[in-house]
Amino acid sequence: MKKILLAIGLGLGLTTALAMPAFAQPREVTFTTELSNYGGDGAYLALYLTDASGKYQGTLWVAGKKSKYYKHLSGWARGSGLNPTEYDGLTGASITSGRTLKITLDLDDALIDNGYEIRVDTAVEDMRDHRADIAVPLTSEGSGQPITGRGYVHSFRYDF
Amino acid sequence: MLRQLHGLSGLLAALFLITLATTGAVLSLAPAMDRVVAVIPAVGEVSVAELAGRVVAHYPGTEQVVRGPSGGVIVYHNRDGQPGADLVNPLTGEGIAPYEPSAFFSWIKDLHRSFLLNDAGRLLAGVMAAVMLLLCISGILLLVRRTGGWKALIRPLAGTGSKQIHSELARFAVLGLLLSALTGSYMSAQRFGLLPETFETGPTFPAEVAGGQPAPVATLSALMDVDLRELRELVFPYPDDPQDVYSLTTSSGSGFVDPATGELLKFQPRATGSVFQQWMVSLHTGEGLWWLGLILGAAALTVPVLSMTGISIWWQRRRSSEQLPDNAEAYQADAIILVGSEGNTTWGFARELHTKLNKAGFRVHCSEMNALADSYPQVSRLFILTSTYGDGDAPASARRFMARLRDFRSYKTLQYAVLGFGDRQFSNFCQFALNVDAALANKGLSRLHPIELIDRCSSSQFSEWGDKISEFIGTPLALTYDPLPLSTVKLELVERADYGVAIQAPTSILRFKVAEQGRWPQFLSQAKTLPLFEAGDLLGVMPPHGQAARFYSLASSVTDGVLEICVRKQPGGLCSGYLHGLKPGDCINGFIRHNPEFRPATGSNPVILIGAGAGIGPLTGFIRKNTERNPMYLYWGGRNSQSDFLYQPELGRYLDDHRLTGLNTAFSRSEEHAYVQDKLRQDQIAVRQMVDKGAQILVCGGRDMAEGVKQVIEDILKPLATDVEALRAEGRYLEDVY
Repeated sequence: MKKILLAIGLGLGLTTALAMPAFAQPREVTFTTELSNYGGDGAYLALYLTDASGKYQGTLWVAGKKSKYYKHLSGWARGSGLNPTEYDGLTGASITSGRTLKITLDLDDALIDNGYEIRVDTAVEDMRDHRADIAVPLTSEGSGQPITGRGYVHSFRYDF
Repeated sequence: MLRQLHGLSGLLAALFLITLATTGAVLSLAPAMDRVVAVIPAVGEVSVAELAGRVVAHYPGTEQVVRGPSGGVIVYHNRDGQPGADLVNPLTGEGIAPYEPSAFFSWIKDLHRSFLLNDAGRLLAGVMAAVMLLLCISGILLLVRRTGGWKALIRPLAGTGSKQIHSELARFAVLGLLLSALTGSYMSAQRFGLLPETFETGPTFPAEVAGGQPAPVATLSALMDVDLRELRELVFPYPDDPQDVYSLTTSSGSGFVDPATGELLKFQPRATGSVFQQWMVSLHTGEGLWWLGLILGAAALTVPVLSMTGISIWWQRRRSSEQLPDNAEAYQADAIILVGSEGNTTWGFARELHTKLNKAGFRVHCSEMNALADSYPQVSRLFILTSTYGDGDAPASARRFMARLRDFRSYKTLQYAVLGFGDRQFSNFCQFALNVDAALANKGLSRLHPIELIDRCSSSQFSEWGDKISEFIGTPLALTYDPLPLSTVKLELVERADYGVAIQAPTSILRFKVAEQGRWPQFLSQAKTLPLFEAGDLLGVMPPHGQAARFYSLASSVTDGVLEICVRKQPGGLCSGYLHGLKPGDCINGFIRHNPEFRPATGSNPVILIGAGAGIGPLTGFIRKNTERNPMYLYWGGRNSQSDFLYQPELGRYLDDHRLTGLNTAFSRSEEHAYVQDKLRQDQIAVRQMVDKGAQILVCGGRDMAEGVKQVIEDILKPLATDVEALRAEGRYLEDVY
């Protein structure tokens, strides 16, 4: 599978091209994930891209530093095979109850309106895991539309 | 060194350790509470397939089934997009109660492992676990050193107040604390990368799955093969994903199950390292071992008390070893006093000697024995005052003395005198003092005066020794022992009962209470209250005209509200005459000296109390306190049942309410002309049987009587192939002799 992902900037406006084919058109996309007050320890999150049938295409972001807990993000774990090259440089701190994760990435324009989905798996220590807490198509109409997750995600939206 | 390590680290860590222990004790309840609500089928009763089938029948949207370490089965499910979690009965699949992790317990857990401070706090908690480990080990070594050997650890411990509470509690809790500290340190070291950690990532997902029509979960063969008791977790396939599988984790490993064929795919056994880690966690948290959790919790509860008593011991020790005034530098001094002391009692004697030698015109340097210099060229007199620790070992402040003595250069002019302090009731009485005396002689030093041994801080023996020393140095010293800090309390005689007047052996039971402190309320008058005391402790009485205090065994405890002593009027006795002359309302000055070595053991073994004359006082006190109704037998000898049968009415009452099991009296000036020894001999079969069953013997009275009793007991013990010394070493033969 070709590398799709491209650049990150963690809401600081800082963008660094990672591995983008020279001909691809980049589009800056901001993902905003607000957690509910579930009242546990810091949540682990995996944001990733799948095709329309739910097949894993690539990792967008992993919140949570300890890789021993990654298997609880089961959909993402299965797709990525927990291969470190899939998420190298795309990890950050876990997100505590009620806080918001905001990341900005440069995505290939061809991914939009082309049947791809954004998924978010979540897990919290001593609490249940949520595979596909969020599952939402990546479309132009969907931009700026908040949706509610099935688990710890209070609201999720992407903007471009 | 060991003591400083133990004290200082305990002092610095106390607050954190108290927090860790208290929160740990609360957390220790969780496994037992989980266990109470869980329904746990027997091994072989329910398979994972059966469980999953029952659960799905009640919860069609099941996503995950988890079996907790305590055996509770939790089902995570989704109903119309609403996530839920229930504790279920594995026999029916029905919900027992909604499952929600307790916010209180998570908060306590956070406090326990990180002081609510994330990583910095976790680091601190880890360091504290290591400190706890250090405290446990150093504490055990200190206790072994104090009791004189590993075997002695299980015997009754001596000591007073904080010291006794501290060592008794520690002995009870140390194994639990050690386990908690060890496993806690391990987990923390692992978290911070100091120890290797095994990650159990499990097998990778199967690349291809048959993708056939899913079969009902209850029919999947791989799940039928697993007993519920082995289940950790079963994650159901994601709905609408034909390529997804069941993820199964058991106590032996993890793998996947094909939802169509029921085949077990890519099973990977658990790594040894991971099994070990799991054990460490269980031993720390009690997860799955609820009874261990409760034991560890109980042990943890002792930590606040251990901290407080530890600080109090440290403070007492610090206060009583304050510097002496007018202490000359070692190089300027012409007399040196070296002190070997464990609990600082010996310092009280040294202080007195120091003061009086100073008054006599000497330049005196006083220090601990460990501070022995390489030589004392100017010095003509060397005094060594030392106690003995445990079974003939050096006390704390003399532990390095023998090693330093090897390098010591002596001068011909230097003369020495050793004064040993100890308790004649124990074997190896003053052994360390004897060793020091011999070692100094071996060094070629000459004695100023032969070694003398002071029994139980006897102030009169100390004064006599001082008089002899005075002769050698040509100046009167007039040593009087002043136990520090000696604050006497004014005591008012409230009641007296006189016996033995008719037979010219007046003996009185005297009851005192603390005298009123004038118009000031009690709490404003400073330091005029008595410390806690129990029957068997000593009341020090200051006779008029400034003589040294005399000691009387107390027959009452602080809870009785009075201080009761039993005093025989000695012919020409200064203090006993003074006491016998008191009328109700008269006042004396007194203080408490603890005597914890003389106490009946707790437990249900029989206690044999033997006494004569006024020695009945503390023995009656023990019986009065025997509200547990443990078997207690009293052998007592008096003169005449009509005249000096002390405590006759009380003893009758105690027999009636079974605080006293048996009473045997002997009267020497009656028709039978019997002594208490005779009564023991008559009862020898019963006495022998009781000793064989673990009985403890307590003897109180005059020295001659005690000697006679000891001989009789020796005879009685012969068929048991043991003797009084052996019982004494086990704390089962105690004497309070005067």
